[in-house]
Amino acid sequence: MLTEIRHKFNVSEIRKDFPILNRIVSGKPLIYLDNAATTQKPECVINVISHYYRNFNSNIHRGVYSISAKASEEFDYARKTVRNFIGAKSESEIIFTRGTTEAINLVAYSYGRTNVSEGDEILISAMEHHANIVPWQVLCEEKKARLKIIPITDKGEIILEEYEKLLNEKVKLVAVCHVSNTLGTVNPVKQMISLAHRQEIPVLVDGAQAVQHMKVDVDDLDADFYCFSSHKVYGPMGIGVLYGKSSCLEFMPPYQTGGDMISSVSFEKTTYNELPMKFEAGTPNVEGAIGLKEALDYVNRIGIENIAGYEKELLEYASYKLSAVEGIKIIGTAAEKTSVISFVVNKLNALDIGLMLDTYGVCVRTGHHCTEPLMKRFQIPGTVRVSISFYNTKEEIDYFADSLNKVIERLRK
Amino acid sequence: MKSIEEAEREITEEFSCLNDWQDRYEYIIELGKKLSEFPEDKKTDDNKVKGCQSSVWLVTEQKDGKIYFLADSDSAIVKGLVAILIRVLSGRTPDEIIDSKLEFIDKIGLRQHLAQTRANGLAAMIKQIKMYALAYKLKQTC
Repeated sequence: MLTEIRHKFNVSEIRKDFPILNRIVSGKPLIYLDNAATTQKPECVINVISHYYRNFNSNIHRGVYSISAKASEEFDYARKTVRNFIGAKSESEIIFTRGTTEAINLVAYSYGRTNVSEGDEILISAMEHHANIVPWQVLCEEKKARLKIIPITDKGEIILEEYEKLLNEKVKLVAVCHVSNTLGTVNPVKQMISLAHRQEIPVLVDGAQAVQHMKVDVDDLDADFYCFSSHKVYGPMGIGVLYGKSSCLEFMPPYQTGGDMISSVSFEKTTYNELPMKFEAGTPNVEGAIGLKEALDYVNRIGIENIAGYEKELLEYASYKLSAVEGIKIIGTAAEKTSVISFVVNKLNALDIGLMLDTYGVCVRTGHHCTEPLMKRFQIPGTVRVSISFYNTKEEIDYFADSLNKVIERLRK
Repeated sequence: MKSIEEAEREITEEFSCLNDWQDRYEYIIELGKKLSEFPEDKKTDDNKVKGCQSSVWLVTEQKDGKIYFLADSDSAIVKGLVAILIRVLSGRTPDEIIDSKLEFIDKIGLRQHLAQTRANGLAAMIKQIKMYALAYKLKQTC
């Protein structure tokens, strides 16, 4: 029997922090269940960005006046907050990027192009997002290296025995998602990293779908690289994080060049700045960093364990409600999952379901979710995906399930 | 045969009776069901319209200087959308198709509701239809 959801925190109070959740769209209350695509922003994040532009907008690190000093201080403080949030040893290991995609590209270009050569291999899993496939594919083509795929089970779990077999001296990097954006599977990355390290193979973890759902400690995981995006953890768009062990970053050449990343420039020779600035060419996204800091502070105030606990209960509730829908098949039934449910409905098209759900005010995602090879693995063109956040409620899930039943009935007519 | 403008007006009138998007989608799906059978062997990658989340196949036939379209989709709604386009544009000359403004799409609210997203591929389908017309026109003048 499903246990009644125990509110470890007051969800109706939490909802008040997110202005968009009160919106009426096409005459219906907004039911936002596309949180794996992007999360909504709490009032404090929205306000802090406005506050920055109203009070101390200026370029950082160079200004000799007080508002620039203030902006620089806030920017540096944001880096410190990120460091604490993921348990990195030092702020110099935190590089601000545009997002997870840029973080992965940075490693592929900088680390990849200096460490991968002909005949080498890079390992990724069958459930990767295109952002953790294409940069490696391009690198492999350029270097005549090979991209090898770690297979998964029908439940959507990595087959560890197969993974172990794939690890050999030719492998120069393992790049794997912590949590699958399509299936919600939580991968055993700590174990995977430890297995790779036995053969001195570094591991990059794509944490875009993890940090908003669970406590992540990069030091405990012993990840060599870990990346995530601000906008998926209640912060603004356009900024993300690459964590890299300083022992890796120190030896990597710059990814982009320009201002801020230099130590000195003459027409004869340029010397590069220290970490993390070496990897942050040009004026950074100051508003984004400040917004991200506020979002992480907000998550810390609620408590990531409380978030995880409540989301788990909502996941169980939604899985239970959906299992009762006629003709439904849930894609991704791993034992360890975050609050993401992908499904197909017998003979119905995912896009049709998504468009019809929109008329009920329900936002879901449809299609291949930027994981085309994964869709091929399951031999389906796409799924409907609901992704739940801690501001969603049991009532919203009820409304979603009712709407889905109505949509299916209409489409079957 | 009705002119493009007349066909557009007729569709606009039909949609004006439908008050919400649930009813409109159902009507769009109904229109899709009325499309003539699409030959299975023509469901090839070459005949797919690029840029749609769902699969859309579109082929043409030419008779007496006019272009006729046949289409299908694995999405019932997208099939209905392409059926609407076919109702307006099939059996026209290349010039008529190229010059068509398709203002009815705005009038019935389809553009605001759908075309901004990549998902439905309405814009991609219109582009493909116009490309076919342009190709025929170029072939005629060569």
